[in-house]
Amino acid sequence: MANVLVNAPKTAKRGAVVEIKALILHPMETGFRSGTNGQFIPRNIVERFTATWNDAEIFSMDMSPAISANPFVSFFAVAAESGTIRLRWTGDQDFAVEEQVAIAVE
Amino acid sequence: MTALRVVAGLAIVFVASYAAAQSGADRRRSGYQDMGEALQKMQDDDTANPGMLFVQLGSQAWSKPAGAADKSCADCHGAAASMKGAAVRYPAIPKGADVPMDLEGRINLCRTENQKAERLPPESRELLALEAYVAHQSRGMPVAPPVDPRLGAFRDQGAEIYRRRQGQLNLSCAICHDDNAGKKLAGVTIPEAHPTGYPIYRLEWQGLGSLKRRLRNCLVGIRAEAYAYDAPEYVMLELFLMDRARGMTFEAPGVRP
Repeated sequence: MANVLVNAPKTAKRGAVVEIKALILHPMETGFRSGTNGQFIPRNIVERFTATWNDAEIFSMDMSPAISANPFVSFFAVAAESGTIRLRWTGDQDFAVEEQVAIAVE
Repeated sequence: MTALRVVAGLAIVFVASYAAAQSGADRRRSGYQDMGEALQKMQDDDTANPGMLFVQLGSQAWSKPAGAADKSCADCHGAAASMKGAAVRYPAIPKGADVPMDLEGRINLCRTENQKAERLPPESRELLALEAYVAHQSRGMPVAPPVDPRLGAFRDQGAEIYRRRQGQLNLSCAICHDDNAGKKLAGVTIPEAHPTGYPIYRLEWQGLGSLKRRLRNCLVGIRAEAYAYDAPEYVMLELFLMDRARGMTFEAPGVRP
């Protein structure tokens, strides 16, 4: 059960530039830290974030261990057609979360 | 001569009213006002404030049954809006108890008494999430400690701890947060220590933390031995600090650097 907060406009004018912001609850454990038992804590990070607009990719990024916990991503896109924006986070330990928001373009 | 007298009279009136306005104005500053603009925006935007992730977690925990009684918070309290004003009132003495409790303690009391569940460990994610969810209901309200004569003695002890020098650095809370607030400590502005945004999302912690954790941080900073997690000193300090912040706007979950 992942927790995500997405901020995208519900409506936009055709051709307008819209900002999409997404925040996800994730520890982003680097894999370089050791626990109280002296053993390394296994790496657990989000490796990749992708965003699609009606199944066409509009934004993607690779994440590294240096990115803080609960990563916040903000990006821009041109509103071309109404539809669904899908945001997808994948990472270590079979982490996979998808969130979608609808946007109406007029 | 008359004109001169009028001018002098006006000047006196002006000086007197200016002084009155100055003494009447609230000069207290929340840590929010000492942060940069970017962080203030982060706190204000509910989809950029990472504390809101925990509020979201808390809303899930609110309706999840727990313990032998198999009851959730919502089964007794209904919608969380019923908790509006709780966070600005605590620490308080709950019915049937004789010592003050902070919000965390009150949540755990509810768990053991009504849900017949185990206490949530301090700084655990579920406890912080519930605390954040309840505190969030009071956002925007003025801090309003209850009028309860039984609290007086505890509050006075809190004030005494606040002013007591301790640790290897031999500092008291008051030396930094009263006498030197607004000045710099290692490049960071010393805040006035008003607990208006707890639990806070602290960037340094990369997570949510309670006032207790923040107080422990300060104690370690002055190289004093931190009180145990269940020590009454934290509640006494919080009683004093909340009274000191009386009337200030509550802003949980706050974001701090």
